[in-house]
This record gives sequence, C-alpha cells and structure tokens, in this order.
Amino acid sequence: MLKNVHFGPSVLPFLLVLPQIVVTLVFFIWPASQALYQSLLLEDAFGLKSEFVWFRNFEALVSDPLYWHSFKITIVFSFLVAFLSMSFALLLALFADRVIKGSGAYRTLLIWPYAVAPVTAGALWVFMFNPTLGIVSYALSALGYEWNHQLNGEEAMGLVVMASAWKQVAYNFLFFLAGLQSIPKSLIEAAAIDGAGPIRRTFDIVLPLLSPTTFFLLVVNIVYAFFETFGVIHVVTSGGPAGATNILVYKVFSDGFVGLDLGGSAAQSVILMIMVIGLTVIQFKYVEKRVAY
Amino acid sequence: MVENRPLLAIFSHIMLILGVVVIAFPIWIMFVAASHPEIRMTQVPLPMLPGGHFFENLDISLNRGMSGMDGNGVGYMMLNSLIMAMMIAVGKIAISLLSAFAIVYFRFPFRMFFFWMIFITLMLPVEVRILPTYEVVANLGMLDSYWGLSIPLIASATATFMFRQVFLTIPDEMLEAARIDGAGPMRFFWDILIPMSRTNIAALFVILFIYGWNQYLWPLLITSEPGMYTVVMGIKQMLEAAEQVPQWNVIMMTALLAMLPPICVVIFMQSLFVKGLTETEK
Repeated sequence: MLKNVHFGPSVLPFLLVLPQIVVTLVFFIWPASQALYQSLLLEDAFGLKSEFVWFRNFEALVSDPLYWHSFKITIVFSFLVAFLSMSFALLLALFADRVIKGSGAYRTLLIWPYAVAPVTAGALWVFMFNPTLGIVSYALSALGYEWNHQLNGEEAMGLVVMASAWKQVAYNFLFFLAGLQSIPKSLIEAAAIDGAGPIRRTFDIVLPLLSPTTFFLLVVNIVYAFFETFGVIHVVTSGGPAGATNILVYKVFSDGFVGLDLGGSAAQSVILMIMVIGLTVIQFKYVEKRVAY
Repeated sequence: MVENRPLLAIFSHIMLILGVVVIAFPIWIMFVAASHPEIRMTQVPLPMLPGGHFFENLDISLNRGMSGMDGNGVGYMMLNSLIMAMMIAVGKIAISLLSAFAIVYFRFPFRMFFFWMIFITLMLPVEVRILPTYEVVANLGMLDSYWGLSIPLIASATATFMFRQVFLTIPDEMLEAARIDGAGPMRFFWDILIPMSRTNIAALFVILFIYGWNQYLWPLLITSEPGMYTVVMGIKQMLEAAEQVPQWNVIMMTALLAMLPPICVVIFMQSLFVKGLTETEK
C-alpha cells in the first residue's frame, strides 16, 4: 500500500488529495447523506413543509405493488440482458479463439458497439422496430407477426433487452477472449492427446477454467443492466407501456423529477444504494480472488 | 491450434461472420437511413442500400436541425459534448493522479481514511443520488454550465486505484535516485512518475473520453438551456419531435454523428482501449 521509501510528513499530501476529497464530499457523500435524510421525511404537495416520519416512506414502498412490480421487472430485465449478451459473446469468443487468421480483424469488428451511447443504441433499435416503418417489424409482418412494442409490454421488454444486450456484447467478448487466451495450451493439448474432441474439451476444460471470468462478467453485467441502461429505457419506452419496462433506476427518476415525490424517490435511492453496496462487496470479495492459471 | 480440422475452421469463420453481421446490422441500417431523402423515409419498406443524399442530410443535421425544431443544427451540441468529455477525462485523470501519488508516496495522518472515502464513490453512481446532487449543483449556481456538467462526475475511485497500482510497480530505486539527485516530491511526480505512467494515462483517457461523451442522465438533469445540450440529448429530443414529423433520415444522421467520435477512438486506439478497459476493471 505505502512505498517502503516515501516522503516525510508535510502539508503537501493533504493538498494533493484535496481536489478529489472536495469533489467526493460535495457531490457524492453530502448528496448521499441528503438522500438518506430525505428518505425519512414526508413533504407536502407544495414542498412548503416537511415532516419527519421515520421509515414511513419505506413502508409505503414495501406495500406498494407498483414498486414490487418494478423490482420484479428489474430482475427479469437484468437476467435477460446478462444472459443474452454473455452467451452470445462467449459463443463468438470460443470461435474467435479457434481461428488463427483474422482474429484481430474480428475483434475490431466486434468491439465497437461498446462506444455507442445507450441513448444512441436505443434510437437505432427503436428505428428498426418502429411499428409502422421499421425494417424489422416490416419483415416480421411479412412473416405474419404484428410487432408493436408501444402497446405490448412483453415486446417492449424484449426490445430494451435486445438494445441493452447488443451494446454489452463487445465488452463481454473482449473479456471472454482474454480469458480464453490465458488458458494454458498444454492443458488443451493434453486433453487432445487423450482423445477429447473440440466440444468435449470446451465443456470439460475450457468452460470450467473460464468460470472466474464468467462470474466477474456476471456481476459487471448486472450492474450495467441495473444502472447504465437508463438511456435505453428513456428513449425506447419511457418505462411503458403501462410500466412494463419501468425498471428501478427509471422509477427513481420518474417519481422524483416528473412525479416530484421527494421522500418516496429518496427512499428508492437508498434501496438502490444498498444494492450497489452489496454488488460492490460481492465484486471485491469474490472477484478479487480470481483463479490464477 | 491443437489439431488441424479444416471444416471446423471454416465453420468458425462462418459463425464469426454471422456474429459480425448481427452486431453491425443496426449500424448499417442507420447509415442507410442517413443517406436517403426525407420522402423515402415514409415509404414502407425502408431501403436496405445507401442512397445519394448523405451530405445533404449531414448539412441538415449539423447546421439546420429538423423542421419543427428551433432551426439550429447539432453542430454546437457536438462541441458541447466534446468539451464535456474532455473536461471529464482530463479532470478525472488529474485528480486521480494527484491523490494516488499522495496515498502511495506519503505517510500522513488520515491516509487510509481518505483512501476509503475515495473508495466509497464506487458505490454511489449518479443514478442513486440524482435529486440531492441536482440540488447541490443548483445551489452552487452550476446549472447550465460546463462546470456543472463535468465536475460532479470527476471523482474517480477506479482511476485512483489504477494509478495506485501503477505507482506500486515502480521500483523504489527510482525515488532513491531522484532524492540523491536532489529532486523534491513535485519534481519527482512530474519528471519521473508521469512519464513512467504515460501509457496508462493514455489508456485511461480513451475509456474516460467514451464515458464522458456518452453521459446522458446527468446532462439531461442539469441543462435546461438548449445552448448547453449535448448531442446525445439531441437524439432523444429529435425522437420526441419525430412523433409528429418523422424525419428518420436526420435522426439517424445525428445518431451517426453522435457515435462517430467514440467509435473512432475505439478503432484507432484499439490497443490502448483494450488496455484501459482491462486495467480499470481490476
């Protein structure tokens, strides 16, 4: 942590950490403590006076079926995004690990969606699936399926899942490929000598050895689906239709900024904060101990 | 390669090409839509091959904007995005370098306390503290300003950790030698630490530039004046207007413009990008 050889005490180190600490205090810790405090307050409709109500905002949330609905949707959404983008990325990485010629070119062609903003990704998918004009919905209707994510909640969920997963494939692909390339060739060769074919080797050697990467990516993907997909939801569905895609992060925003329910929104923020802390702890506690081959 | 199986190799290539096609399809559709005139965008089915109106649409998008909007293009929004992304990336790198330097090279009271305080920012993404942070920024009079867009986002635990890691790998002899030559702490920082962590700084810059450019929720909250909008916000605004007048050619051209700078960064600085991505996640 600290260098064996280091500088002696002076004010300089305080000045050096000062900018970071000031920003952290003013824009992170103070607002977070405000959220904690506000979650215990009940404000009247005009914002004139507020009353200290202990945990009533939380009780209201827990007994609110809409909140549970949003909770459930968030779980479904993040599971689908993680599953879809990770399985697709793993499949591609397994093939890319096999090819000798051109694997660099494939990597270049597969990683750039990482750079696309969630909002832009949402705009692309909403255009392709536009019920009247979209090229994919046109193809679907030619096959006899009428796509309308503006009315059908399940289709809306499918669309935000696809847009979010599409963007995340690049990231997962890079990490899976790196994980595959760090598996010692000697293990694979030994298995080949014993007569194991490519599929057998994949399931019995490669995938088990890849499990630390998989677990790490699972946590990262859940965090991504929970917190970074706001832009996709906002552009594609705005939480609709009828709350079918109203995930927790979107609900905090819409209750707080649109609905102006400060106490309720703050209570939701606090619950989200607890979830982030939990995920971060998992990430540091288990992911740090990555297996070294 | 363990064994030679030509059929499997061909199959791998086919699957990879299919994967690339699936991944690139939305971008292709966007590019095609951005090269057709408005009138073509109302006829089903939409085209699959590019048309000849690419530069016309570019001009509309950059300089005039969609009909029914304020008549400004997204040119200035691109500039806003660029300023915001640069301020976030440079700001994060600067304050993280300084605090990592303090934590690794100095023994001082509350050192670990500061370290944990920086660590906590990992657990407080903007999404979970939007309302109170908005209030702080409003009270400081930073709404609708570049400072308000960038400063609240520049605290960075990941960047601090990464530089800490880098500094820890620099041999102690460096500091001893510098001291014998009479260099003070800041001289050591500028002339030895910064040059030695140059590639890490560049790699982190690539990641942070993309992060800054793609910010959406935060700019959406704190800008109300159209002159401060970023290009990513411009897309959402156009989509809302599109419910009345569908000008998908202009919207898709704007989306293309919005993704061009970060994509160029990824493609042209690919090795730095990969390095940055894998190192910040450790």
